[in-house]
Amino acid sequence: MSNIGSYTDRLKDFDWSLAEKELGYRAGEPINIGWYCSDRICQMGLADKKALIWEDFHGASKTYTFDDLRVLSNTIAASLQELGLKPGERICLFMDRVPELYIGFLGILKMGGIAQPLFSAFGEDSLLTRLDNAKTAAIFTQRKHVAKVRKILAQLPEMRHIIVVDPDGPPLREREVGFRLDQAKRVEQFTVHPTTAETPSVLHYTSGTTGQPKGAQHVHYSLISQYLTAKWVLDLQPNDLYWCNADPGWVTGTSYGIIGPWSNGITQVVLDSGFNTERWYSLIQKHRVTVWYSAPTAIRLLMREGTVVARRFDLSSLRHLCSVGEPLNAEAVLWSREAYGLQFHDSYWQTETGSIVITNVPEMPIKPGSMGKPFPGIEATIVDPKTFEPIDQPARVGLIALRPGWPAMFRTYWNNRATYESKFKNGWYISGDRASLDSDGYFWFVGRDDDVINTGGHLVGPFEIESALLEHPAVAESAAVGKPDHVNMEVVKAFVALKPGFEPNGDLELEIMNFIRKKLSPLAMPQEIEFVKSLPKTRSGKIMRRVLRAQEWGEPIGDISTLEDD
Amino acid sequence: MDDIKQTVLDYIRKEYLEEDDDRELTETTPLITGGIVDSFSMVSLKRFLERKYAIQIPDADASPEAFDTARSIEVLVNRFKK
Repeated sequence: MSNIGSYTDRLKDFDWSLAEKELGYRAGEPINIGWYCSDRICQMGLADKKALIWEDFHGASKTYTFDDLRVLSNTIAASLQELGLKPGERICLFMDRVPELYIGFLGILKMGGIAQPLFSAFGEDSLLTRLDNAKTAAIFTQRKHVAKVRKILAQLPEMRHIIVVDPDGPPLREREVGFRLDQAKRVEQFTVHPTTAETPSVLHYTSGTTGQPKGAQHVHYSLISQYLTAKWVLDLQPNDLYWCNADPGWVTGTSYGIIGPWSNGITQVVLDSGFNTERWYSLIQKHRVTVWYSAPTAIRLLMREGTVVARRFDLSSLRHLCSVGEPLNAEAVLWSREAYGLQFHDSYWQTETGSIVITNVPEMPIKPGSMGKPFPGIEATIVDPKTFEPIDQPARVGLIALRPGWPAMFRTYWNNRATYESKFKNGWYISGDRASLDSDGYFWFVGRDDDVINTGGHLVGPFEIESALLEHPAVAESAAVGKPDHVNMEVVKAFVALKPGFEPNGDLELEIMNFIRKKLSPLAMPQEIEFVKSLPKTRSGKIMRRVLRAQEWGEPIGDISTLEDD
Repeated sequence: MDDIKQTVLDYIRKEYLEEDDDRELTETTPLITGGIVDSFSMVSLKRFLERKYAIQIPDADASPEAFDTARSIEVLVNRFKK
């Protein structure tokens, strides 16, 4: 029997207070995610239960109980206080998937700080943009990444502390401090900061079509829907061994790689390793993973290896599979039935929504290729992109719209209230994703409504790429669009016009690719560069990305009456 | 160490590691599983190999496993060298 039971029964008289009651939370009282994920679980008698089984690519492993989580997050929280950090200050986590990342997240929240996780593969420009915007006061990082921080430190006057979690080696520099979690004095008792429901908790950056990335600000009350969706969608049960593939640099990695499982008292395994089919299956086999939350890109990579590899491993422990990131194609659902005897349950949400909003839950018949139906308590529909009125006709494409008010919804964009407010039309939060509804109430994803590129489940903004391209000495002008990719759904393609004196060739293409990878991130690196003499523009000089995108996708170009003449 | 493996390691050090990252790289150092090169960055490494050795590596052969060490990359390159 699944946790949710009957989906239709759950829809009747649903109220989020159900989760409040289960968590023992009463409106107006303090609520702190760090405490709920560690201290509360210990108080429930689960102090000795394993919380985290961590392995790296060499096979080294460490195990932490919920009491370890409690004490070590206390230790980190107390250390941050000793450094003079105050509640409300932004503290960045810029690390690979090491235990300090997961436990540090709880420690920051316990002392009242705002956790700002950033993907450790970000280059210095991406890092600078986000740290500068948040006026971040401290950053946790590793030796291997500290060089990127040093390069931009002069431009970050508010950054007071660089906390290096593996400090052995050459001497640390100005503003850097070493912190070894395994050698720090364990703090058994810590007074958790009395954060309340609307106290900011986490800042996750996300990209848009225009301008620089925006920090979606969440609050401690997000716990309510993260807890319940983890329980009902991921179906986490007391004896489960859970594995979430997502990196906590992205929202899935915090909402469902930290908060969801641990607030439910669930043991999870973390693999700090790049993708490798056999390594992944070995992990499932060795730890007897039961619930697996993965992503379409990873599933398609596994599909490339075929079912033969899967059958070489004992994967019989798996009982429930879920997916998130970009639409899960029907072929992947059907393949997972063949490979694992189970089907992946697709789920849909965004950085801004903070928790799953549309999903396939265990007891619901899956229509392969569909995102599923709204989670109880979520009012979702498809609206007309011009009037923002709900569309009644099945199969007609419009925008996914959500009625504001669920607990994990973002509360603003950091220092960007105007953009936040622009997301709401006619009483709906407008997601920016296009989809349709069928007559049974299932949602079917179509694509983005803007120029944002969804590559491997991560949103990349074309403006950020184009701005970085212009910093290359050979680039006169550029446009970045998504092009279809059978593994990542989309990858970045750049159209580049060169300055006089530069000739297009393969060496230059590779140089520009690496230039963007190092400045921004591997995700933002164009996988293809097409050199052009000029770019399509409107008569007012604005580059018409949609013309280039349509060309890549083989779609109609649409109205080009404003296109500049050659 | 022969040319291909050394060329790959030199390129990895120059393009994928930070200037003061002095970790040892050998022909068996895991590049993909070790997080030095991710699946997106693999595309630029593949492009480098194709240009350097005047070969074409089909996407189907450019798997994370084939790119995981300098040794496995050498095997891959030799398959497509004339």
